[in-house]
Amino acid sequence: MGGSLNANHLSFLAHGALWTVGLSLIALIGGGLAGFVVALARISPVRAVRILAAGYVQLVQGTPLLVIMFLTFFGLPPLGITVSPLAAASVSLTIYVAAYLGEIWRGCIESVPRQQWEAAEGLALSRTQRMAKVILPQAIRIATPPTVGFMVQIIKNTSLASVVGFVELARAGQIINNALFEPFLIYVIVAVVYFALCYPISRLSRVLEAQRGRGRARLSVETA
Amino acid sequence: MRINLDFGAILERWPAFLSGAILTLELAVIATVFGTVIGVLGAIARRSDNPVATRVAALYVETIRNTPLLVQIFLVYFGLASLGVKFPAFTVAAAALTINVGAYTTEIIRAGFDAVPKGQLEAAEGLALSRWQIYWHVVMLPAIEKVYPALTSQFVLLMLASSVTSQISAEELTAVANYIQSDTYRAFETYILVAIAYVVLSLVMRAGFWALGLALFPRRRRLGTPL
Repeated sequence: MGGSLNANHLSFLAHGALWTVGLSLIALIGGGLAGFVVALARISPVRAVRILAAGYVQLVQGTPLLVIMFLTFFGLPPLGITVSPLAAASVSLTIYVAAYLGEIWRGCIESVPRQQWEAAEGLALSRTQRMAKVILPQAIRIATPPTVGFMVQIIKNTSLASVVGFVELARAGQIINNALFEPFLIYVIVAVVYFALCYPISRLSRVLEAQRGRGRARLSVETA
Repeated sequence: MRINLDFGAILERWPAFLSGAILTLELAVIATVFGTVIGVLGAIARRSDNPVATRVAALYVETIRNTPLLVQIFLVYFGLASLGVKFPAFTVAAAALTINVGAYTTEIIRAGFDAVPKGQLEAAEGLALSRWQIYWHVVMLPAIEKVYPALTSQFVLLMLASSVTSQISAEELTAVANYIQSDTYRAFETYILVAIAYVVLSLVMRAGFWALGLALFPRRRRLGTPL
């Protein structure tokens, strides 16, 4: 108890910040892969697949991430499945991110102009070819700004991994605070580090958004 | 592996779940109401000619939107405590959620202001409306009507995010769940039920906002089309 903030504490916080970045990347990659499947399933020609995917999105988007975390970390062990804090956090974030990215990307795929789908069909491309060669390359351009923007949400949401005892930035702050009891100072430092991680990405997403707006305006003039 | 689920012991505790759910809704309603007020004021500040007001509003929005709610809640909770002021957890939770959602609401309403066509303002001036009449009838009301769907989604997300206030022991739904699972050792069943409860709460909120939208925006009701 007692003492003041020293270099050891700061290096502990830095270590936590690294895990925040690591967990964000795990969530982005895991959630991105699963989200891609969700996006494709949402526009599948098979009705049952569409309904299943829509149900998944509705369910996850109607549940707080915190409850998903508790469910995987505390809920699975009584069923005989033990999970580490890192595994619980990764799985929960993947489930959560997949639902949101899946929905964002579905919107992007559907906003590729109708004529592109028709033209691809007119060229006798198969459904897979049409997706891979015509629709997705254009959808990726549309999807870039909102996806970058969502990365900020992912970074912020990794803070909830602290509730299952995973030592990322927020948890590192709590642990140090338990020793020093300087809550205001410590949480301001933690907040500043989160801000430093998130703000550049927020800016980038806005710049990309503006660029896309310009690109589209130019395109519409050219084709007019 | 033998899976043995027992929801009976959990369902027996329904009064506790119900009071938690009511507290969650109360938090959501309080933060929605005050968050809307902050959002309107913030959006006006963001668009004002006063550089100080613009800067302060921008700083507020960027700070809140780029830090996690959990850290904001700790800051408000311990910040108030270190000032020597002791508030009940519910008050702190409501305050933190309001501060949080106010920033998102500011951005959404500002986007609504920006979406008002210039021609409308010129037309209003041409009709010799006063400055306040223009602000209210031509900018504010149509802007809010336009961003109403985005606002309502934000408030539903806020209701879900209020689960984080369980970390400062506000007795809302998630905190009740934590308590019951540690009491009954039925963690899986408890959190499954709570997840379903949140899905139901978000459907209830969506239905409420839909009805409120019909009441608030007569054009939508009469013509059946959004603005």
